[in-house]
Amino acid sequence: MLNYSLSQLGAALAAKKISSVELTQLYLDRIATHNPVYNAYLTVNAKISLTQAAAADGLLSSGNAGPLTGIPIAQKDIFCAKGWRTTCGSKMLADFIAPYDAHVIEQFNKAGAINLGKTNMDEFAMGSSNETSYFGAVRNPWNHKAVPGGSSGGAASAVAARLCAAATGTDTGGSIRQPAALCGITGIKPTYGTVSRYGMIAFASSLDQAGPMAKSAQDCALMLNVMTGFDERDSTSLPREKEDYTRNLNQPLTGLRIGLPREFFAEGLSADVGARVQEAIAEYRKLGATIVGISLPNTRLAVPVYYVLAPAEASSNLSRFDGVRYGHRADEYTDLADMYEKSRSQGFGEEVKRRIMIGTYVLSHGYYDAYYLQAQKIRRLIAQDFTDAFAHCDVIMGPTSPSTAFNLGEKGDDPVQMYLSDIYTIAVNLAGLPGMSIPCGFGASGAMPVGLQIIGNYFDEARMLNVAHQYQLATDWHTRSPQGV
Amino acid sequence: MSLSTADVQKVARLARLAMNPTEIEAARTQLSGIFELIAEMQAVDTTGIAPMSHAQDLSQRLREDKVTEGNQRELFQSIAPQVEAGLYLVPQVIE
Repeated sequence: MLNYSLSQLGAALAAKKISSVELTQLYLDRIATHNPVYNAYLTVNAKISLTQAAAADGLLSSGNAGPLTGIPIAQKDIFCAKGWRTTCGSKMLADFIAPYDAHVIEQFNKAGAINLGKTNMDEFAMGSSNETSYFGAVRNPWNHKAVPGGSSGGAASAVAARLCAAATGTDTGGSIRQPAALCGITGIKPTYGTVSRYGMIAFASSLDQAGPMAKSAQDCALMLNVMTGFDERDSTSLPREKEDYTRNLNQPLTGLRIGLPREFFAEGLSADVGARVQEAIAEYRKLGATIVGISLPNTRLAVPVYYVLAPAEASSNLSRFDGVRYGHRADEYTDLADMYEKSRSQGFGEEVKRRIMIGTYVLSHGYYDAYYLQAQKIRRLIAQDFTDAFAHCDVIMGPTSPSTAFNLGEKGDDPVQMYLSDIYTIAVNLAGLPGMSIPCGFGASGAMPVGLQIIGNYFDEARMLNVAHQYQLATDWHTRSPQGV
Repeated sequence: MSLSTADVQKVARLARLAMNPTEIEAARTQLSGIFELIAEMQAVDTTGIAPMSHAQDLSQRLREDKVTEGNQRELFQSIAPQVEAGLYLVPQVIE
């Protein structure tokens, strides 16, 4: 049952082969046994989860169940969930009990899904390895010495280790796609504005977007059906009709034009990842797709632009943590300024402080035009590259990450090396496009998963999911699970 | 680009982050490395390009000016570090 798809689980629940309470307990037991190794969850609350499960069983019995009713979902600890400790991976919020639900949490509650627990993450979603979490690193289920990726590392680890049926993540510069790639699962970051950011603790507001992380594209489609939708409490939520993301899953790929950006296959890409991605492309040819060479000439500028814009927005967003209304307050201080400074210095970790400093600098007097404004202008050039490319192709493909999962501590001392590991994902956030990662094989050692990135045009998630699903019908990489799971 | 110790101290103060001299020096080295990465942007000619502040070029929605949230002061203050009589307490700022 651990390898069931969400629709198989839904069918088992509907047929009363298992109750939601039993299924939830099964996962809670697995978490109790395995989480000490993976550290994928920061908080579980069996009482709340089982109460939700009992209510879901009621809905199932009365014939009022939806596709996700009764299914245990792991929630990234960036989403406020009423009554749940919500830490965002930070000491700043180590004791924060959220007083309200994020829109995403509301949507899952309405669907009758079970909140199975809150997953570990890089502090305030700033990181690509989950090592910046105040609550310790997460282990990659494929190799316990390796990172799971980040920032949604706990979610990716939990899905790969079968400690949940599916999970949520958020993606500011690759935080869904990169951990999905490194842990051998499927994840999609939808078009910016598709999922409400209400109650999702803000990192870089013009880039942050939530999405599902699961075992397959089909599961992601069912999750997106629940997560998306207009919400007036998020000023950037797009007023669009609800759509069914499963509607195109079974369409054949004949005639699909796949764009391969030459910049994604240049220096910096490890040979094994490049080879697996090319093999996946060859599979797509067999499925009827044609390949088009394209160029995204400003790709190399995406990382620099991102490391101006994201920290600038973060420094502004994180100014709310002042030790006054919620969050950590220092025990001792002399005056108000001292209280702010000590509370923030103690509450934030190194990476978060680093990014607040970058952001404060680039927004400070005399530097705004040279950094912030210049970055915003190049952001437009980067977005335009994609618009030009989509005139020639339907989807863009390439690697998600330049290498398979690196080892814990390997990139610890050099932030720049860490930042460059998001080189293929960041431009997608800057443009606001949807992007996903699906497993497409294993790296040189034969043990670590490789992710294929699929980038679509705005609002083209249903097509991307179709493209991913057809590959997953023809291959079995997404069904592999780590040894001992 | 290399930042000076004074630059880093100034930024730390603006960001309300207390840092000791060792932390300032570590931050100086790392931030200098990051600004070297960022410096690549400076060579790009962006004459006539409009800044893109947002992924979707939409204007902000307006809504009717009416109360939509009830008063939840007690709930919200239950997670505050220090409150008294419905007020958030901070060190005295006016003598």
